[in-house]
Amino acid sequence: MLLGMPLPWLLVFLPWVGAIALALLPKERPAALLNIGVSALSLLLALGLLAVPEGEQGWTRVDALNIPLLLLGFLIGLTTAIFSAGDIAAERFDVLRLRAYHAAFQGFMGAQALALLADNMGLMWVAIEIATLASVLMVAVHGTPPAIEAAWKLFILCGVGIALALLGTIFLYLAAQPFVGHGDSGLSWAVLQELAGQCDPGVLNLAFVFLLVGYGTKAGLVPLHAWLPDAEAEGPISISAVLSGLLLNAALHAVIRAKAIVAAHPGTVPPGPYLIGLGLASVLLAAFALWRRHDARRFFAWSSIQHMGLAAIAFGLGGPAANLAGLLHMLGHSLCKSAVFFGLGHAARRRASQKIADISGLIATHPGLGWGLAIAIGAVAGLPPFALFASEYGLLTEMVGRHWWLSLPLGLGVLVAASAKLHTLQLLCFGERLPDVAPPPGAPAWTLVPLWLHLALALVLGMALPEAARALLAAAAGIPG
Amino acid sequence: MTFGQLPYDVAHLLGGCMLLLSFVLLYQRGVAAVVNIFAAQGAVLAAAAAWQGFVQGAPQLYLTALIAFAAKAVLIPLALRILIRRLDLHRNVEPAFGIGPSMIAGVALVALAILVVLPITAGSRAIAREDLALALSVVLLGMLMMITRRNAILQVVGLMSLENGLILAAVGVAGMPLVVELSTAALVMLLLVVAGVFVFQIRERFDTVDTALLDPHRGERP
Repeated sequence: MLLGMPLPWLLVFLPWVGAIALALLPKERPAALLNIGVSALSLLLALGLLAVPEGEQGWTRVDALNIPLLLLGFLIGLTTAIFSAGDIAAERFDVLRLRAYHAAFQGFMGAQALALLADNMGLMWVAIEIATLASVLMVAVHGTPPAIEAAWKLFILCGVGIALALLGTIFLYLAAQPFVGHGDSGLSWAVLQELAGQCDPGVLNLAFVFLLVGYGTKAGLVPLHAWLPDAEAEGPISISAVLSGLLLNAALHAVIRAKAIVAAHPGTVPPGPYLIGLGLASVLLAAFALWRRHDARRFFAWSSIQHMGLAAIAFGLGGPAANLAGLLHMLGHSLCKSAVFFGLGHAARRRASQKIADISGLIATHPGLGWGLAIAIGAVAGLPPFALFASEYGLLTEMVGRHWWLSLPLGLGVLVAASAKLHTLQLLCFGERLPDVAPPPGAPAWTLVPLWLHLALALVLGMALPEAARALLAAAAGIPG
Repeated sequence: MTFGQLPYDVAHLLGGCMLLLSFVLLYQRGVAAVVNIFAAQGAVLAAAAAWQGFVQGAPQLYLTALIAFAAKAVLIPLALRILIRRLDLHRNVEPAFGIGPSMIAGVALVALAILVVLPITAGSRAIAREDLALALSVVLLGMLMMITRRNAILQVVGLMSLENGLILAAVGVAGMPLVVELSTAALVMLLLVVAGVFVFQIRERFDTVDTALLDPHRGERP
């Protein structure tokens, strides 16, 4: 059945078939291996997208904007599956939770691929909704009161968020209705972008407000961020890596697509300033909130809010240079942040706590892990030579050139956040040496491979981007307008 | 199509009924009564969808109507009633915000919805734009209900009422593709929320489903 499908659909349904198989598999070891296998096969198939001609086919489209995000998404899916295989024994799942966890993981992978691939805005909405449901299940899987609280918050806040996004989608169709007539093409992103110039600007404005608030909730933009720190702190550790690495990107990608439609009409209220406003609020609030965190996973969840804010500012500015910085920032953030969560996962297992004060002095006791985590946190803080330095530098120079007065709060936010991260780096890795609480779980050395692989890729992204990848990203930067 | 023609008048009547029921949801104190009113709103939504299917000659909307009726007027209210009996929630629940102020806020939101939708949709057909104003009002009132109620079941009812407004908007826009698929997907989410409330209760993690009790787990203390 799968063989006859076009490649984009295969990328969605392969993980979903894998999810069904994993839901039936009660043994820990085979399930973890099958999870790796499905993820690896998906990544291989995703590489095949490079050979697919760009443009829309039916309800899906493949273009320069979603190819890099998809490739990165499936890569992080694979590395997270590898990390999870090494870590799963320590989660102590019973059979039911084990099956739910693996099935939700692959269900989520298929849904985020569909959210990125969808050309039809209705289909994109359904995909983001499925991704939300899968992430609720992953966050709640432990069933402890804090996990249930986090999942409940995620469910209610994102439930309202995606409900509003649906309303925005309906308004989008209402705007295009006089020109497209009946049929599925009325929700096609390509058709909408082409017709936007003739649509009623007022309806487009209203649609954008609802789409921004709706998908912005999922992207964790302030003031719609409240679910994110809880969700990333309470689920299994590998879930934090995919939540911050993939879910936020899929949501921000939806916002960018909506912006591209609305900005195509010269008479609308420009959508850029809204994105810049939400982005600046995210950067500033997160920068100061970072100083008050005691829980390491919550700390890095707030850092995700800050980085999503930076990317939103970049796309709000618009233009090729700023869009390129924004896209690079999304990719770099996913790589570095999931690397941090891999390192943090190992550290939290050894110290049997995820409080910053309890993990202190990691380099003295575990040099390999400690240095890996230290470098990853440095990369997240935006230190050179990693990708986030390149993108933040690009964003700041673009901001100084276009609205110099906005670069003051932006620079302040970036500096305060970076210093908070370096402070935490110092506490976690170099602070007072604490003994391990739990006996070493005996995790083999290969479970650290994902961490170093992500750092190497972030380095390549920041320093030595291959020409083909540069051309792809430059083409992608032209899409949001 | 304007005032005085049957398709327009009936669509308005049904949309207005939904808005009225949203206000009733806003001021009800009893949990059981809120569930009954939500069931009534679901039934009116089904009627509105079926009427739009008839007016627009779009048979797929009958399916939307059927699904809405089965789920929102019958199944979900039934499940919530069982839950209320099991939890012994027949007492009244005071809203966090006070009845009077929430009614005033509700009226202000309806005025906002009308002021926002009517001017910018001047080019659309009258039936669509006034239906949209009603639908947006229902959405905003559902949101207000979620804000003013702290009890988990009432918040879920608020979310579902919000989603009723969405479906009303979707069926009111003639020719909207994927209406059946989108409304079904939204419904799946609601069913899972309700299932979530059920599961929490069966496991007896919390003594009540008052979300204020969840706050101490936030873990921000050093």
